[in-house]
Amino acid sequence: MWTILQAELFKIFKRPRTYIAFAAIAALITMVQVGMKADGDSYVKFMLSTLGGNFDVQGKIMNGYLVCYIILQMLLVHVPLLVTLIAADTFSGEANTGTLRLLLTTPYSRTQWVLAKFTAVVIYTLLLLVWLAILALVLSMAVFGTDDLFLFKSDYVVLIRENDVFWRYCAAFGFAALAMITVAAVGFLLSIFADNSIGPIVATMSIIVFFSVLSTMNIPLYNTIKPYLFVTHMNSWKEFFDERVTENNEAVAGSIQYPMRIVHSVLVLGIHILVLLGAAVWFFRKKDILS
Amino acid sequence: MNIAHHSFLVRYRRMLCLLCCIGFTATAAQAQDVSALVAKVRAKIDQVNDYTAEGRLKTNIAFLKVPVSRIKTYFKKPDKFRLRKEGGISVLPKGGFSVNMQSLILFNDAMAIAAGDGVVDGVKTKIVKLLPNNENSDVILSTLYIDETNLLVKKAVTTTRENGTYDITLTYGQYAAYALPDKVIFAFNTKDYKLPKGVTLEFEDAEKPADASQLKNKKGKVEIVYSSYVINKGIDDAVFK
Repeated sequence: MWTILQAELFKIFKRPRTYIAFAAIAALITMVQVGMKADGDSYVKFMLSTLGGNFDVQGKIMNGYLVCYIILQMLLVHVPLLVTLIAADTFSGEANTGTLRLLLTTPYSRTQWVLAKFTAVVIYTLLLLVWLAILALVLSMAVFGTDDLFLFKSDYVVLIRENDVFWRYCAAFGFAALAMITVAAVGFLLSIFADNSIGPIVATMSIIVFFSVLSTMNIPLYNTIKPYLFVTHMNSWKEFFDERVTENNEAVAGSIQYPMRIVHSVLVLGIHILVLLGAAVWFFRKKDILS
Repeated sequence: MNIAHHSFLVRYRRMLCLLCCIGFTATAAQAQDVSALVAKVRAKIDQVNDYTAEGRLKTNIAFLKVPVSRIKTYFKKPDKFRLRKEGGISVLPKGGFSVNMQSLILFNDAMAIAAGDGVVDGVKTKIVKLLPNNENSDVILSTLYIDETNLLVKKAVTTTRENGTYDITLTYGQYAAYALPDKVIFAFNTKDYKLPKGVTLEFEDAEKPADASQLKNKKGKVEIVYSSYVINKGIDDAVFK
Protein backbone atom coordinates (compact mmCIF):
# COMPACT_ATOMS: atom_id res chain seq x y z
CA MET A 1 0.00 0.00 0.00
CA TRP A 2 2.83 2.41 0.95
CA THR A 3 4.55 1.68 -2.39
CA ILE A 4 1.53 2.60 -4.49
CA LEU A 5 0.85 5.65 -2.30
CA GLN A 6 4.42 6.81 -2.98
CA ALA A 7 3.86 6.22 -6.69
CA GLU A 8 0.64 8.25 -6.61
CA LEU A 9 2.27 11.09 -4.70
CA PHE A 10 5.14 11.09 -7.20
CA LYS A 11 2.64 11.33 -10.06
CA ILE A 12 0.76 14.22 -8.43
CA PHE A 13 3.83 16.28 -7.58
CA LYS A 14 5.53 15.62 -10.91
CA ARG A 15 2.82 17.42 -12.84
CA PRO A 16 3.18 21.21 -13.27
CA ARG A 17 -0.61 21.52 -12.87
CA THR A 18 -0.23 20.63 -9.19
CA TYR A 19 1.72 23.81 -8.51
CA ILE A 20 -0.85 26.09 -10.17
CA ALA A 21 -2.93 25.90 -6.99
CA PHE A 22 0.07 26.75 -4.76
CA ALA A 23 1.04 29.67 -7.03
CA ALA A 24 -2.55 30.94 -7.23
CA ILE A 25 -2.90 30.90 -3.42
CA ALA A 26 0.44 32.68 -2.98
CA ALA A 27 -0.53 35.35 -5.52
CA LEU A 28 -3.98 35.96 -4.03
CA ILE A 29 -2.74 36.14 -0.45
CA THR A 30 0.14 38.43 -1.35
CA MET A 31 -2.31 40.69 -3.19
CA VAL A 32 -4.57 40.97 -0.14
CA GLN A 33 -1.64 41.51 2.23
CA VAL A 34 -0.10 44.25 0.06
CA GLY A 35 -3.52 45.93 -0.19
CA MET A 36 -4.06 45.77 3.57
CA LYS A 37 -0.54 47.01 4.30
CA ALA A 38 -1.00 49.96 1.95
CA ASP A 39 -4.59 50.89 2.76
CA GLY A 40 -5.68 48.82 5.75
CA ASP A 41 -6.39 51.90 7.84
CA SER A 42 -9.07 53.05 5.39
CA TYR A 43 -10.65 49.60 5.59
CA VAL A 44 -10.66 49.78 9.41
CA LYS A 45 -12.01 53.33 9.34
CA PHE A 46 -14.85 52.26 7.05
CA MET A 47 -15.71 49.31 9.30
CA LEU A 48 -15.55 51.47 12.46
CA SER A 49 -17.88 54.03 10.90
CA THR A 50 -20.60 51.37 11.07
CA LEU A 51 -20.49 51.63 14.87
CA GLY A 52 -22.26 54.98 14.45
CA GLY A 53 -19.42 57.10 15.79
CA ASN A 54 -20.43 56.16 19.34
CA PHE A 55 -17.21 54.41 20.30
CA ASP A 56 -13.52 54.98 20.70
CA VAL A 57 -11.80 51.81 19.54
CA GLN A 58 -8.15 51.89 20.50
CA GLY A 59 -5.49 49.34 19.64
CA LYS A 60 -4.05 47.61 16.62
CA ILE A 61 -7.19 46.47 14.78
CA MET A 62 -5.41 45.78 11.50
CA ASN A 63 -3.21 42.96 12.74
CA GLY A 64 -2.16 39.56 11.40
CA TYR A 65 -5.16 37.77 12.86
CA LEU A 66 -7.68 40.09 11.17
CA VAL A 67 -5.81 39.93 7.86
CA CYS A 68 -5.87 36.12 8.04
CA TYR A 69 -9.63 36.15 8.71
CA ILE A 70 -10.24 38.45 5.73
CA ILE A 71 -8.12 36.17 3.52
CA LEU A 72 -9.92 33.03 4.66
CA GLN A 73 -13.32 34.62 4.11
CA MET A 74 -12.38 35.39 0.53
CA LEU A 75 -10.28 32.33 -0.27
CA LEU A 76 -11.95 29.37 1.38
CA VAL A 77 -14.78 29.68 -1.15
CA HIS A 78 -12.32 29.36 -4.02
CA VAL A 79 -9.80 26.82 -2.72
CA PRO A 80 -12.22 23.95 -3.49
CA LEU A 81 -11.91 24.86 -7.14
CA LEU A 82 -8.14 24.40 -6.88
CA VAL A 83 -8.55 21.08 -5.09
CA THR A 84 -10.67 19.72 -7.95
CA LEU A 85 -7.81 20.26 -10.41
CA ILE A 86 -6.04 17.28 -8.88
CA ALA A 87 -8.86 15.29 -7.29
CA ALA A 88 -10.98 15.08 -10.45
CA ASP A 89 -7.95 14.05 -12.48
CA THR A 90 -6.96 10.94 -10.51
CA PHE A 91 -8.67 8.19 -12.53
CA SER A 92 -9.73 10.17 -15.59
CA GLY A 93 -6.13 11.28 -16.15
CA GLU A 94 -4.96 7.66 -16.09
CA ALA A 95 -7.80 6.66 -18.46
CA ASN A 96 -6.88 9.50 -20.80
CA THR A 97 -3.21 8.49 -20.99
CA GLY A 98 -4.10 4.79 -21.21
CA THR A 99 -2.28 3.76 -18.04
CA LEU A 100 -5.35 2.64 -16.12
CA ARG A 101 -5.28 -0.91 -17.49
CA LEU A 102 -1.58 -1.13 -16.81
CA LEU A 103 -2.21 0.01 -13.28
CA LEU A 104 -4.57 -2.85 -12.66
CA THR A 105 -2.12 -5.47 -13.86
CA THR A 106 -0.11 -4.86 -10.66
CA PRO A 107 -0.66 -7.23 -7.72
CA TYR A 108 -2.69 -4.63 -5.83
CA SER A 109 -6.47 -4.83 -5.65
CA ARG A 110 -8.78 -2.19 -7.10
CA THR A 111 -9.83 -1.19 -3.58
CA GLN A 112 -6.18 -0.67 -2.64
CA TRP A 113 -5.68 1.53 -5.70
CA VAL A 114 -8.75 3.62 -4.85
CA LEU A 115 -7.62 4.06 -1.25
CA ALA A 116 -4.03 4.85 -2.25
CA LYS A 117 -5.14 7.43 -4.82
CA PHE A 118 -7.61 9.00 -2.40
CA THR A 119 -4.93 9.16 0.33
CA ALA A 120 -2.60 10.89 -2.15
CA VAL A 121 -5.35 13.41 -2.98
CA VAL A 122 -5.95 13.99 0.76
CA ILE A 123 -2.20 14.59 1.28
CA TYR A 124 -2.20 17.09 -1.61
CA THR A 125 -5.25 18.85 -0.14
CA LEU A 126 -3.67 19.01 3.32
CA LEU A 127 -0.43 20.39 1.89
CA LEU A 128 -2.42 23.04 0.05
CA LEU A 129 -4.08 24.02 3.33
CA VAL A 130 -0.76 24.05 5.18
CA TRP A 131 0.57 26.35 2.46
CA LEU A 132 -2.53 28.52 2.88
CA ALA A 133 -2.03 28.56 6.66
CA ILE A 134 1.65 29.50 6.36
CA LEU A 135 0.94 32.40 4.03
CA ALA A 136 -2.39 33.61 5.42
CA LEU A 137 -1.68 33.20 9.12
CA VAL A 138 2.05 32.92 9.81
CA LEU A 139 3.14 35.46 7.18
CA SER A 140 0.36 37.87 8.17
CA MET A 141 1.38 37.55 11.83
CA ALA A 142 4.98 38.32 10.85
CA VAL A 143 4.08 41.28 8.61
CA PHE A 144 1.21 42.84 10.58
CA GLY A 145 1.99 41.65 14.13
CA THR A 146 -0.63 40.28 16.49
CA ASP A 147 -3.28 41.74 18.78
CA ASP A 148 -6.87 41.04 19.76
CA LEU A 149 -9.15 39.98 16.92
CA PHE A 150 -11.87 42.55 16.25
CA LEU A 151 -14.43 41.03 13.90
CA PHE A 152 -17.25 42.85 12.16
CA LYS A 153 -20.16 40.53 11.53
CA SER A 154 -23.44 41.50 9.87
CA ASP A 155 -25.41 42.04 13.09
CA TYR A 156 -22.75 42.35 15.75
CA VAL A 157 -19.09 42.81 16.54
CA VAL A 158 -16.89 40.26 18.30
CA LEU A 159 -13.69 41.01 20.18
CA ILE A 160 -11.51 37.96 20.86
CA ARG A 161 -8.48 38.32 23.08
CA GLU A 162 -5.08 37.77 21.48
CA ASN A 163 -4.27 34.71 23.62
CA ASP A 164 -7.61 33.18 22.64
CA VAL A 165 -7.22 33.44 18.86
CA PHE A 166 -4.47 31.05 17.69
CA TRP A 167 -6.23 27.84 18.76
CA ARG A 168 -9.33 29.02 16.89
CA TYR A 169 -7.28 29.30 13.70
CA CYS A 170 -5.78 25.82 14.26
CA ALA A 171 -9.32 24.44 14.71
CA ALA A 172 -10.63 26.42 11.71
CA PHE A 173 -7.87 25.05 9.46
CA GLY A 174 -8.60 21.55 10.76
CA PHE A 175 -12.25 22.04 9.89
CA ALA A 176 -11.34 23.53 6.49
CA ALA A 177 -9.27 20.39 5.81
CA LEU A 178 -12.36 18.26 6.34
CA ALA A 179 -14.39 20.53 4.02
CA MET A 180 -11.72 20.40 1.31
CA ILE A 181 -11.44 16.61 1.58
CA THR A 182 -15.21 16.45 0.98
CA VAL A 183 -14.76 18.49 -2.21
CA ALA A 184 -11.85 16.23 -3.18
CA ALA A 185 -14.06 13.17 -2.63
CA VAL A 186 -16.68 14.57 -5.03
CA GLY A 187 -14.09 15.17 -7.74
CA PHE A 188 -12.47 11.83 -6.99
CA LEU A 189 -15.76 9.94 -7.47
CA LEU A 190 -16.59 11.76 -10.71
CA SER A 191 -13.12 11.01 -12.11
CA ILE A 192 -13.98 7.30 -12.12
CA PHE A 193 -16.70 7.80 -14.73
CA ALA A 194 -14.71 9.84 -17.26
CA ASP A 195 -11.94 9.15 -19.76
CA ASN A 196 -10.54 12.67 -19.72
CA SER A 197 -9.95 15.15 -16.91
CA ILE A 198 -11.91 18.13 -18.25
CA GLY A 199 -15.34 16.57 -17.68
CA PRO A 200 -14.99 15.68 -13.97
CA ILE A 201 -13.09 18.93 -13.17
CA VAL A 202 -15.80 21.09 -14.74
CA ALA A 203 -18.56 18.90 -13.27
CA THR A 204 -17.12 19.19 -9.74
CA MET A 205 -16.67 22.95 -10.08
CA SER A 206 -20.24 23.24 -11.37
CA ILE A 207 -21.58 21.27 -8.40
CA ILE A 208 -19.71 23.54 -5.96
CA VAL A 209 -20.86 26.73 -7.70
CA PHE A 210 -24.45 25.48 -8.02
CA PHE A 211 -24.68 24.39 -4.38
CA SER A 212 -22.91 27.56 -3.17
CA VAL A 213 -25.45 29.77 -4.94
CA LEU A 214 -28.29 27.61 -3.63
CA SER A 215 -27.02 27.79 -0.05
CA THR A 216 -26.79 31.60 -0.13
CA MET A 217 -30.36 32.06 -1.44
CA ASN A 218 -32.80 32.65 1.39
CA ILE A 219 -35.85 31.08 -0.25
CA PRO A 220 -38.10 28.81 1.85
CA LEU A 221 -38.22 26.14 -0.88
CA TYR A 222 -34.42 25.80 -0.86
CA ASN A 223 -34.05 26.25 2.90
CA THR A 224 -35.36 22.72 3.43
CA ILE A 225 -32.55 21.13 1.40
CA LYS A 226 -29.75 23.43 2.55
CA PRO A 227 -28.88 21.40 5.69
CA TYR A 228 -28.11 18.38 3.50
CA LEU A 229 -25.74 20.17 1.14
CA PHE A 230 -22.06 19.80 1.98
CA VAL A 231 -21.41 23.33 0.69
CA THR A 232 -23.69 24.77 3.40
CA HIS A 233 -21.47 23.21 6.07
CA MET A 234 -18.18 24.31 4.52
CA ASN A 235 -18.61 27.79 6.05
CA SER A 236 -18.93 26.46 9.60
CA TRP A 237 -15.25 27.26 10.25
CA LYS A 238 -16.51 30.77 11.08
CA GLU A 239 -18.26 29.36 14.16
CA PHE A 240 -14.84 29.11 15.83
CA PHE A 241 -14.70 32.91 15.75
CA ASP A 242 -17.89 33.60 17.66
CA GLU A 243 -17.91 33.72 21.45
CA ARG A 244 -20.66 32.80 23.87
CA VAL A 245 -21.98 35.65 26.03
CA THR A 246 -23.33 35.74 29.57
CA GLU A 247 -26.68 37.24 30.59
CA ASN A 248 -24.89 40.58 30.95
CA ASN A 249 -23.61 40.29 27.40
CA GLU A 250 -19.99 39.67 28.47
CA ALA A 251 -18.07 37.48 26.04
CA VAL A 252 -16.71 34.32 27.66
CA ALA A 253 -13.04 33.83 26.73
CA GLY A 254 -12.22 30.44 25.22
CA SER A 255 -15.85 29.69 24.38
CA ILE A 256 -17.70 29.05 21.12
CA GLN A 257 -21.23 30.41 20.63
CA TYR A 258 -22.65 27.35 18.85
CA PRO A 259 -20.31 24.36 19.26
CA MET A 260 -23.05 21.93 18.22
CA ARG A 261 -23.24 23.55 14.80
CA ILE A 262 -19.59 22.63 14.30
CA VAL A 263 -20.19 19.06 15.49
CA HIS A 264 -23.18 18.81 13.15
CA SER A 265 -21.17 20.12 10.20
CA VAL A 266 -18.28 17.76 10.99
CA LEU A 267 -20.72 14.83 11.00
CA VAL A 268 -22.37 15.89 7.73
CA LEU A 269 -19.00 16.37 6.01
CA GLY A 270 -17.63 13.11 7.49
CA ILE A 271 -20.66 11.19 6.24
CA HIS A 272 -20.27 12.77 2.79
CA ILE A 273 -16.61 11.68 2.66
CA LEU A 274 -17.41 8.11 3.70
CA VAL A 275 -20.33 7.79 1.28
CA LEU A 276 -18.43 9.33 -1.63
CA LEU A 277 -15.32 7.22 -0.97
CA GLY A 278 -17.46 4.10 -0.51
CA ALA A 279 -19.22 4.84 -3.79
CA ALA A 280 -15.86 5.37 -5.50
CA VAL A 281 -14.63 1.96 -4.29
CA TRP A 282 -17.89 0.28 -5.31
CA PHE A 283 -18.04 1.85 -8.79
CA PHE A 284 -14.36 1.30 -9.52
CA ARG A 285 -14.59 -2.35 -8.55
CA LYS A 286 -17.55 -2.77 -10.94
CA LYS A 287 -16.04 -0.62 -13.69
CA ASP A 288 -15.32 -2.18 -17.03
CA ILE A 289 -11.92 -0.77 -17.97
CA LEU A 290 -11.89 -0.25 -21.72
CA SER A 291 -9.33 2.52 -22.15
CA MET B 1 -66.76 99.92 42.44
CA ASN B 2 -67.73 100.02 46.10
CA ILE B 3 -65.36 100.75 49.01
CA ALA B 4 -65.43 97.19 50.36
CA HIS B 5 -64.37 95.79 47.01
CA HIS B 6 -61.60 98.37 46.66
CA SER B 7 -60.11 97.61 50.07
CA PHE B 8 -60.19 93.88 49.22
CA LEU B 9 -58.17 94.50 46.03
CA VAL B 10 -55.58 96.58 47.96
CA ARG B 11 -55.21 93.84 50.56
CA TYR B 12 -54.95 91.20 47.82
CA ARG B 13 -52.17 93.12 46.05
CA ARG B 14 -50.24 93.54 49.30
CA MET B 15 -50.55 89.84 49.99
CA LEU B 16 -49.38 88.93 46.50
CA CYS B 17 -46.34 91.21 46.89
CA LEU B 18 -45.58 89.65 50.25
CA LEU B 19 -45.85 86.12 48.85
CA CYS B 20 -43.58 87.03 45.93
CA CYS B 21 -41.03 88.49 48.32
CA ILE B 22 -41.15 85.33 50.45
CA GLY B 23 -40.87 83.19 47.30
CA PHE B 24 -37.85 85.08 45.97
CA THR B 25 -36.18 85.02 49.34
CA ALA B 26 -36.76 81.26 49.65
CA THR B 27 -35.46 80.62 46.16
CA ALA B 28 -32.40 82.74 46.77
CA ALA B 29 -31.82 80.95 50.05
CA GLN B 30 -32.26 77.58 48.37
CA ALA B 31 -29.82 78.54 45.60
CA GLN B 32 -27.36 79.60 48.27
CA ASP B 33 -27.86 76.26 50.07
CA VAL B 34 -27.30 74.30 46.86
CA SER B 35 -24.23 76.33 45.97
CA ALA B 36 -22.87 75.71 49.45
CA LEU B 37 -23.56 71.99 49.09
CA VAL B 38 -21.83 71.85 45.71
CA ALA B 39 -18.91 73.79 47.19
CA LYS B 40 -18.63 71.27 50.06
CA VAL B 41 -18.69 68.31 47.66
CA ARG B 42 -16.15 70.08 45.49
CA ALA B 43 -13.91 70.65 48.51
CA LYS B 44 -14.08 66.95 49.37
CA ILE B 45 -13.17 65.92 45.85
CA ASP B 46 -10.48 68.58 45.82
CA GLN B 47 -8.44 66.60 48.37
CA VAL B 48 -7.33 64.38 45.51
CA ASN B 49 -4.59 65.91 43.40
CA ASP B 50 -3.97 62.77 41.39
CA TYR B 51 -4.69 59.08 41.44
CA THR B 52 -3.99 55.83 39.67
CA ALA B 53 -6.67 53.17 39.89
CA GLU B 54 -6.82 49.56 38.80
CA GLY B 55 -10.05 47.87 37.90
CA ARG B 56 -12.08 45.65 35.62
CA LEU B 57 -14.14 46.93 32.76
CA LYS B 58 -17.36 45.21 31.66
CA THR B 59 -19.12 46.19 28.46
CA ASN B 60 -22.80 45.47 27.97
CA ILE B 61 -23.85 46.68 24.56
CA ALA B 62 -26.35 44.63 22.54
CA PHE B 63 -24.26 44.34 19.38
CA LEU B 64 -20.84 44.06 21.00
CA LYS B 65 -19.36 40.82 22.29
CA VAL B 66 -16.46 41.97 24.39
CA PRO B 67 -14.82 40.06 27.26
CA VAL B 68 -14.14 41.67 30.64
CA SER B 69 -10.80 43.46 30.63
CA ARG B 70 -8.38 44.80 33.21
CA ILE B 71 -7.90 48.54 33.02
CA LYS B 72 -5.95 51.34 34.67
CA THR B 73 -7.22 54.88 35.04
CA TYR B 74 -5.12 57.95 35.69
CA PHE B 75 -6.22 61.36 36.93
CA LYS B 76 -4.34 64.54 37.59
CA LYS B 77 -5.66 67.95 38.50
CA PRO B 78 -7.28 69.91 37.03
CA ASP B 79 -8.82 67.71 34.33
CA LYS B 80 -6.32 65.19 32.99
CA PHE B 81 -7.90 61.77 32.73
CA ARG B 82 -6.81 58.61 30.93
CA LEU B 83 -8.21 55.11 30.79
CA ARG B 84 -5.89 52.40 29.55
CA LYS B 85 -6.50 48.75 28.93
CA GLU B 86 -3.57 46.49 29.64
CA GLY B 87 -2.72 45.51 26.06
CA GLY B 88 -5.08 44.67 23.24
CA ILE B 89 -8.00 46.51 21.70
CA SER B 90 -10.38 48.53 23.84
CA VAL B 91 -13.91 49.61 22.97
CA LEU B 92 -15.16 52.59 24.98
CA PRO B 93 -18.06 54.97 24.53
CA LYS B 94 -16.87 58.10 22.77
CA GLY B 95 -16.27 61.37 24.57
CA GLY B 96 -18.41 61.06 27.62
CA PHE B 97 -16.49 58.22 29.14
CA SER B 98 -13.54 60.44 29.93
CA VAL B 99 -15.82 62.25 32.31
CA ASN B 100 -14.63 61.43 35.80
CA MET B 101 -15.72 62.49 39.24
CA GLN B 102 -13.61 65.58 39.18
CA SER B 103 -14.79 66.92 35.86
CA LEU B 104 -18.38 66.14 36.80
CA ILE B 105 -18.43 68.74 39.50
CA LEU B 106 -15.31 70.80 39.17
CA PHE B 107 -16.44 73.01 36.37
CA ASN B 108 -16.60 76.30 38.23
CA ASP B 109 -18.33 78.32 35.60
CA ALA B 110 -21.77 76.85 36.21
CA MET B 111 -24.96 77.81 37.94
CA ALA B 112 -26.36 75.43 40.55
CA ILE B 113 -30.13 75.09 40.79
CA ALA B 114 -31.99 73.07 43.38
CA ALA B 115 -34.34 70.52 41.84
CA GLY B 116 -35.82 68.75 44.82
CA ASP B 117 -35.00 65.48 46.52
CA GLY B 118 -34.48 61.99 45.15
CA VAL B 119 -33.48 58.50 46.23
CA VAL B 120 -30.55 56.59 44.72
CA ASP B 121 -29.85 53.01 45.90
CA GLY B 122 -32.03 53.65 48.96
CA VAL B 123 -30.08 56.78 49.93
CA LYS B 124 -31.87 60.13 50.15
CA THR B 125 -30.23 62.67 47.86
CA LYS B 126 -30.50 66.31 46.90
CA ILE B 127 -30.99 66.89 43.19
CA VAL B 128 -28.87 69.71 41.83
CA LYS B 129 -28.86 70.90 38.25
CA LEU B 130 -25.66 72.47 36.99
CA LEU B 131 -26.00 74.82 34.04
CA PRO B 132 -22.72 75.91 32.47
CA ASN B 133 -22.44 79.64 31.90
CA ASN B 134 -20.19 79.14 28.90
CA GLU B 135 -22.40 78.90 25.81
CA ASN B 136 -19.79 76.88 23.92
CA SER B 137 -19.47 74.20 26.59
CA ASP B 138 -20.03 70.63 25.32
CA VAL B 139 -22.04 69.89 28.46
CA ILE B 140 -25.50 71.42 28.20
CA LEU B 141 -26.90 70.26 31.51
CA SER B 142 -25.70 68.10 34.36
CA THR B 143 -28.04 66.75 37.04
CA LEU B 144 -26.33 65.57 40.19
CA TYR B 145 -27.87 63.42 42.92
CA ILE B 146 -25.88 64.36 46.02
CA ASP B 147 -25.84 62.41 49.28
CA GLU B 148 -25.91 65.38 51.64
CA THR B 149 -24.78 63.44 54.72
CA ASN B 150 -21.63 61.97 53.18
CA LEU B 151 -21.09 64.69 50.56
CA LEU B 152 -20.95 62.17 47.71
CA VAL B 153 -22.33 62.34 44.18
CA LYS B 154 -24.40 59.14 43.84
CA LYS B 155 -25.62 59.70 40.31
CA ALA B 156 -25.09 62.13 37.46
CA VAL B 157 -27.14 62.61 34.31
CA THR B 158 -25.22 64.64 31.77
CA THR B 159 -26.47 65.95 28.44
CA THR B 160 -23.84 66.92 25.90
CA ARG B 161 -23.95 68.48 22.46
CA GLU B 162 -21.81 65.86 20.73
CA ASN B 163 -22.40 62.60 22.58
CA GLY B 164 -26.01 62.64 23.72
CA THR B 165 -27.13 61.98 27.27
CA TYR B 166 -25.42 59.57 29.60
CA ASP B 167 -26.07 58.43 33.15
CA ILE B 168 -23.31 57.71 35.62
CA THR B 169 -24.16 55.80 38.78
CA LEU B 170 -21.48 55.67 41.45
CA THR B 171 -21.11 53.26 44.35
CA TYR B 172 -18.68 54.07 47.14
CA GLY B 173 -16.74 51.88 49.52
CA GLN B 174 -13.34 52.14 51.15
CA TYR B 175 -12.31 55.30 49.24
CA ALA B 176 -15.50 57.25 50.06
CA ALA B 177 -13.45 59.62 52.23
CA TYR B 178 -11.79 60.86 49.02
CA ALA B 179 -15.09 60.76 47.06
CA LEU B 180 -13.60 58.08 44.83
CA PRO B 181 -16.06 55.36 43.76
CA ASP B 182 -15.55 51.59 43.92
CA LYS B 183 -17.95 51.06 41.07
CA VAL B 184 -19.03 53.28 38.18
CA ILE B 185 -21.85 52.35 35.83
CA PHE B 186 -21.98 54.37 32.68
CA ALA B 187 -25.22 54.13 30.66
CA PHE B 188 -25.74 55.73 27.26
CA ASN B 189 -27.81 55.48 24.10
CA THR B 190 -26.44 53.48 21.20
CA LYS B 191 -27.31 53.62 17.54
CA ASP B 192 -28.18 50.70 15.27
CA TYR B 193 -25.45 48.46 13.98
CA LYS B 194 -25.84 46.70 10.66
CA LEU B 195 -23.33 45.75 8.01
CA PRO B 196 -24.38 44.48 4.58
CA LYS B 197 -23.71 40.77 4.14
CA GLY B 198 -21.81 41.59 0.96
CA VAL B 199 -19.25 43.46 3.10
CA THR B 200 -18.91 40.83 5.81
CA LEU B 201 -19.14 37.96 3.29
CA GLU B 202 -21.55 36.22 5.65
CA PHE B 203 -24.35 34.91 3.53
CA GLU B 204 -25.49 32.28 6.00
CA ASP B 205 -28.30 33.16 8.42
CA ALA B 206 -26.78 34.71 11.54
CA GLU B 207 -28.43 34.86 14.94
CA LYS B 208 -28.32 38.00 17.01
CA PRO B 209 -26.28 37.86 20.22
CA ALA B 210 -28.85 39.42 22.50
CA ASP B 211 -32.60 39.19 22.77
CA ALA B 212 -34.81 41.54 20.83
CA SER B 213 -35.86 43.67 23.83
CA GLN B 214 -32.24 44.48 24.60
CA LEU B 215 -31.69 45.55 21.03
CA LYS B 216 -34.83 47.67 21.07
CA ASN B 217 -33.97 49.82 24.09
CA LYS B 218 -30.57 50.61 22.56
CA LYS B 219 -29.06 51.38 25.96
CA GLY B 220 -25.43 50.55 26.35
CA LYS B 221 -23.74 50.04 29.70
CA VAL B 222 -20.12 50.11 30.69
CA GLU B 223 -19.19 49.18 34.24
CA ILE B 224 -15.87 49.71 35.97
CA VAL B 225 -15.18 48.01 39.28
CA TYR B 226 -12.10 49.52 40.90
CA SER B 227 -9.98 47.24 43.05
CA SER B 228 -7.41 49.75 44.28
CA TYR B 229 -6.43 53.41 44.20
CA VAL B 230 -3.06 55.06 44.66
CA ILE B 231 -3.90 58.62 45.75
CA ASN B 232 -1.74 61.74 45.74
CA LYS B 233 1.53 59.98 44.93
CA GLY B 234 2.20 62.03 41.79
CA ILE B 235 1.80 61.01 38.14
CA ASP B 236 4.04 61.81 35.22
CA ASP B 237 2.33 63.95 32.56
CA ALA B 238 3.61 61.56 29.90
CA VAL B 239 0.89 59.09 30.95
CA PHE B 240 -1.78 61.38 29.53
CA LYS B 241 -0.15 61.79 26.10
